Amino acid sequence: MSFVPHTREDIARMLGAVGLPDVDSLFEEVRAALPPGVIPEIPRESEFDLRHHLWDIARLNGRPDQTPCFRGAGAYEHYLPAAVSHLISRGEFLTAYTPYQAEISQGTLEVMYEFQTLVCELMGMEVANSSLYDGASALAEAALMAMRITHKRRLVISEAVHPHWVETLRTYTANVDPEIVLISAPDGATSAAEVKAALNDETAAVIVQSPNVFGAIEPIRQIGELVKSSPALYLVAAYPMALGMLASPGEAGADIAVGEGQPLGLPLSYGGPYLGLFATKREHIRQMPGRIAGVAHDAQGRRGYVMTLQAREQHIRRERATSNICSNQMLCALATTVYLALMGPRGFRTVAEQNFAVAHHVADRLLELPGCSPRYQQPFFNEFVLNLPAAAEDVERELWDDGIVSGLPLSRWWPERKSEMLFCGTEIITEAAINRLVAAMEEALR
Amino acid sequence: MNADTIFEKSRPGRQTCYVAERERFHPAYYMLPQEALRQRPPVLPELTEGEVVRHYTNLARKNWGVDVGFYPLGSCTMKYNPRLAEQIAAWPEFSAAHPLRPTRAAQGWLRVLYETERMLSELCGMARFTLQASAGAQGELCGMLMVRRYHLDRGDRRNTVIVPDSAHGTNPATCSLAGFQVAVCPSGPDGLVDIAALKRLLGREVAGIMLTNPNTLGLFERDIQTICSLVHEVGGLAYYDGANFNALVGRFRPGDMGFDVVHLNLHKTFGTPHGGGGPGSGPVGVAERLEPFLPVPLVRKGPEGFEYEEDRPRTIGRLHAFGGNALVALRAYTYLRLLGAEGLQEVSGAAVMAANYLKHRLASAYQPSHSGRCMHEFVLSAAGQKQSGVRAVDIAKRLIDLGFHPPTVCFPLTVPEALMIEPTETENLETLDAFAEAMLQIAREAETSPDVLHRAPHHTPVGRLDEVAAAKDLNIRWRPQDEGGGDGV
Repeated sequence: MSFVPHTREDIARMLGAVGLPDVDSLFEEVRAALPPGVIPEIPRESEFDLRHHLWDIARLNGRPDQTPCFRGAGAYEHYLPAAVSHLISRGEFLTAYTPYQAEISQGTLEVMYEFQTLVCELMGMEVANSSLYDGASALAEAALMAMRITHKRRLVISEAVHPHWVETLRTYTANVDPEIVLISAPDGATSAAEVKAALNDETAAVIVQSPNVFGAIEPIRQIGELVKSSPALYLVAAYPMALGMLASPGEAGADIAVGEGQPLGLPLSYGGPYLGLFATKREHIRQMPGRIAGVAHDAQGRRGYVMTLQAREQHIRRERATSNICSNQMLCALATTVYLALMGPRGFRTVAEQNFAVAHHVADRLLELPGCSPRYQQPFFNEFVLNLPAAAEDVERELWDDGIVSGLPLSRWWPERKSEMLFCGTEIITEAAINRLVAAMEEALR
Repeated sequence: MNADTIFEKSRPGRQTCYVAERERFHPAYYMLPQEALRQRPPVLPELTEGEVVRHYTNLARKNWGVDVGFYPLGSCTMKYNPRLAEQIAAWPEFSAAHPLRPTRAAQGWLRVLYETERMLSELCGMARFTLQASAGAQGELCGMLMVRRYHLDRGDRRNTVIVPDSAHGTNPATCSLAGFQVAVCPSGPDGLVDIAALKRLLGREVAGIMLTNPNTLGLFERDIQTICSLVHEVGGLAYYDGANFNALVGRFRPGDMGFDVVHLNLHKTFGTPHGGGGPGSGPVGVAERLEPFLPVPLVRKGPEGFEYEEDRPRTIGRLHAFGGNALVALRAYTYLRLLGAEGLQEVSGAAVMAANYLKHRLASAYQPSHSGRCMHEFVLSAAGQKQSGVRAVDIAKRLIDLGFHPPTVCFPLTVPEALMIEPTETENLETLDAFAEAMLQIAREAETSPDVLHRAPHHTPVGRLDEVAAAKDLNIRWRPQDEGGGDGV
């Protein structure tokens, strides 16, 4: 394939105008400066042939949409209304860039404004940006922001925060070298007593995630009360789908709320693109990273939208910017905006309640199997950990032989937790899928 | 067109049912502690699907994209995005796969990621790439954190990174985030790195240099091998910002220039759509001596197929919850295989030819930042027009009237009233000529009727918006009427 439109005559005209005999002579100066590069042998294919080759590769993944998947652990499969993919495929959205020219970017800018409003509403917060790369980097940026605001570098983090998020936070903050105090979650939820003991005047932030990586609903209000009486900021990472039912970060007194936006309108996509949700209190807006759209007016008084508070950003502040980010996950933010507009308040709440019901139903059925027991006794939303009477990785293998993606063996992250499995049940799990899971588990545990 | 937001179009009780309120209910609901439950539900709009589709379709019509018309935004490489890649990315075999699937159940995905990584490594002359960074700026952070770790690992504390004055703002911002101070290296009168000035900045404290080549003026840094060796001589590393790789792709490799770290923008050179500002992807490649520091996980070929490599003790860690923007990498993989090495050479050749042609056509009316040949983009200065009171931004806005997306304006900062033009390889000659004619018309108007330019654009849904007032009187979210309507934050 080629997407270069120039005919032989066009090329002759362009080269003639600049007085060169051929295309290669455009690179004379480069060739003089560099040794000839070794160029890889990548064959060129027609669309027809390549589509066939890609189909052969795609099939190696099985049919994930027809394979029951009981795995969440930071990425969740929810129902996607057909109108979402239709709208995000519009070329005017898909092939635009950052809305530098507001007059011909009002579509993107108004979506940013609507998205910011929706994130504020979900999180119960005052202000939000138009998205960051993903939940993990949003948490990292939140920690950096808290350290900027408090001028302190001690972080109190629950060990029940998703381990990949904490690793990302450590990577992002490497140069600040924060003192990280981990709070244990011996019974599945973060120990409020330990938080209380860990808090001191040198603490920049307390960080919890709810539901946490074990699926447990954290006592975020109780921890919020503790943090309130200290100078530290309170960072709450929320699973947005649970916010149709569960207390919002704002209701728990959070200073900064973050989340992974993928469950709201995006497919699993083997890990990305996703989008980081980021909201805070109004007083911290100038320390917030990321792009923000705001209402503006033209000379005739017509309402429109522009990128605002750009004085925080890298193209103005350069090395003194709040972050180096110079984009958002705009198309993903559009998907989330459309998703929430389609679901509406009742649909959003229904999905949350269905997740709760399905996951608890899955848990009930699995607990009937001999040797299976709940690892924790905490209230949960749509994920829970079971103790299995076998090595979880063996169970995973046997279930995949039956075409089922099991829960996640926790040994993947904690090698010593060999018999624990983290299950997830969302609204798309059917009764038939649960029956298949139970039958396959019975077989695997026999 | 109606300018109401989706919230103002909402009416209580209107809705579409996507998930049935089935009898699936679990009594554990009643056992949830009251304090775990939400008190105030989120205010979400209530509309039918038809109303939602119409609202966002009308918003789309207020947008400009490559699909709509010419988009010569300098350094952004707004080329055509092949639709096969969109179709493949929507196949459920790829899009519905959970990132933590057993590797046995994701061999297709791992093959795509592995082969993309190999192709990018070969195209850049690097030992290995990571696909984890979600954008160019995150790629920069990834690269500079590796530079930091490389020096620390050798017990070498270095705190300064050299950045040319023409660099994109993310370069200095990244240096700060990675813990470095920035030393700004001035350009010489030829627009290239001033070697004498560079030598004065070099010392034992220099961790490295960040460079774009061709630079943001569209000029090839012909002393690049000297620059890299000078930095290497004091123990520093050379970082290649791949924003402008479209000029060289398939012909020349950053590795041959002497660079140790490279980031690419898949949404620029490799034809994936920009999406209104994202998602992009910013893979980072390294020379062998930096390989131990790459983020985890990486994909490798094992005895039983492709697998993840996580046990890397000297890694800088992770930058993403999972492996990065996999669906963007898949699109780039599709692009690479559609074009092949030969097609990529055509890309850089045609991109550079188109830029030189346009520069030649416009040089009579606008002052080029530098005479002579350019690479894939060039910078014009509207300093001449400024004498009649016309600024670069006025020219940009007038271009909108004439049916074009403006170039990048007021960047790089080293050129007064800069207009940075990157036509890309996918625009035909008729479009290039029409754009040239429009620019020449505007140059005439600047002399005869500057008011027309000052008032431009004339036919858009809104005119120029007051950004200063918007930043002062912030309204960045809609508010329900009972909370005071849309006023204030």
